Amino acid sequence: MGMTMTQKILVRHANLESVRAGQLVMADLDMVLGNDITAPVAINEFSKFGKETVFDKDKVALVPDHFSPNKDIKAAEQCKCLRDFANDHDITNYFDVGQMGIEHALLPEKGLVGAGDLVIGADSHTCTYGALGAFSTGVGSTDMACGMATGQAWFKVPSALKFNLSGKFSPYVSGKDLILHIIGMIGVDGALYQSMEFTGEGVANLTIDDRFTVANMAIEAGAKNGIFPVDEVALAYLKEHCPKEPVIYEADADAPYEAVYDIDLSTIKSTVSFPHLPSNTRTIDQVGEVRIDQVVIGSCTNGHISDLRQAAAILKGRKVAKHVRALIFPATQKIWKQAMNEGLFDIFVDSGCAVSTPTCGPCLGGHMGILAAGERAVSTTNRNFVGRMGHVKSEVYLASPAVAAASAVAGYIADPNKVMEA
Amino acid sequence: MQVQGTVFRYGDNVDTDVIIPARYLNTSNHKELAQHCMEDLDQNFIKQVKQGDIMVADKNFGCGSSREHAPIAIKESGISCVIARTFARIFFRNAINIGLPILECPEACDGIKAGDVVSVDFSTGTITNVTTGSVFQSEPFPPFMQDLIANGGLAGYIANRGKQA
Repeated sequence: MGMTMTQKILVRHANLESVRAGQLVMADLDMVLGNDITAPVAINEFSKFGKETVFDKDKVALVPDHFSPNKDIKAAEQCKCLRDFANDHDITNYFDVGQMGIEHALLPEKGLVGAGDLVIGADSHTCTYGALGAFSTGVGSTDMACGMATGQAWFKVPSALKFNLSGKFSPYVSGKDLILHIIGMIGVDGALYQSMEFTGEGVANLTIDDRFTVANMAIEAGAKNGIFPVDEVALAYLKEHCPKEPVIYEADADAPYEAVYDIDLSTIKSTVSFPHLPSNTRTIDQVGEVRIDQVVIGSCTNGHISDLRQAAAILKGRKVAKHVRALIFPATQKIWKQAMNEGLFDIFVDSGCAVSTPTCGPCLGGHMGILAAGERAVSTTNRNFVGRMGHVKSEVYLASPAVAAASAVAGYIADPNKVMEA
Repeated sequence: MQVQGTVFRYGDNVDTDVIIPARYLNTSNHKELAQHCMEDLDQNFIKQVKQGDIMVADKNFGCGSSREHAPIAIKESGISCVIARTFARIFFRNAINIGLPILECPEACDGIKAGDVVSVDFSTGTITNVTTGSVFQSEPFPPFMQDLIANGGLAGYIANRGKQA
């Protein structure tokens, strides 16, 4: 019996010959990640082990990105907890405000994740690095603490779903629409405990940023990880960012899959997830008139440079509707500077958007864009649960950067094609 | 090892944002977290929950964020066990790692209502609805997991093993 791409990465890191789905393995870790919400809990657990220091100071990454720049005194204490731990243990990859970016955009950009790596992070969207052919998955703080102490974690080897992609997107359709379409199709537990493996000739038509978005939201279908093959697009990104030699794994021809889905990218329409589940999707022609109060463009899901370019292409020469607050969050300092140098900030500010320093803030209702009762936001983020972005009676509609930008202009959820024609 | 309590009954896809809203994640103090447990789904929960009570839900319990604060808040609120049809995978790991007993048992979910009194025997995996008399069978906890719960979670379990060795 063959193995999936994910299973092959686990085999290598567990020093085994083969594995099968359901098997429990202990595997070596290439990187252990935490942020200002999860790492303080992990640091407290770490102190119970009686270990003098972490297993490898180069293989721990600490990124205060959630409630930073510090939103209040308690958040400041949590960020300080990370800073002190990073200083005490001489952690190489600690990124404070000024170098900080949203962790899942920052780690690939800093070359801290390579093809074939095994990464755990105390953040559910750690699955993002599957875009680069890594096995990466979200864990909790205790697992992070054990990972920091020992350099290992146990895993139940996942079975897999295969998504066979063909064709290419229509204008204004992107990776976000693809992953929302898939979550709408299989449900928020449609891939529970499983890998989502993306393959087929259509993969070549996805930009690396599309792939980051798709892998990022695998968790919203309950998946353990999402993963892409390492092709020329991935290798070009890795060559630019990662000093490590890529280790490329391919699924065996007879690898077992629980289900195979064939998706023609040209049939994907702009897709919106209505409150209060990412699986509650409608295509843009089915949304009706939904008046909005806020637009958020950014996050680990859609704060990449191509996301900002797509938004700017629609906002250029247009104005944000008077009753809408439009907030832009480039995911990292590098992306921020690149967007500035490309003139995207002129477009955003001229249209009436506010541009922020990188932070997870609004995505999880932390700060920098909280919703009042009855308010609605179109957001390029990843969750629209009850109260996710603020008041329990507020609503979040998940969408692509193109739909979010078009909606900012229209004042209600809008099709980018229609806004561009108007 | 046995627990017994009154049931709080919830549905599908109870996510970590309603278990403990992110606006309270500027602390990792267990008691503070517990004060806001389930607040966005059931404001009466924290007023009514008593030590030993039991939470029963349907599928994909704990979906969403990796915040360990979610099982911590549930455990600290007094809940002695969560029974669901299925759990989201990160929540599943986190609950075990912090020593919050959880059981997957669809039959029990079919046969338990809010307010029922339920007892759970972790060593045999037997779930008894004391109110109705129905008995359901779940997987028993292996000895190491009973040990882990007794030690308050994985960190305590590892630390104590270190002392014994």
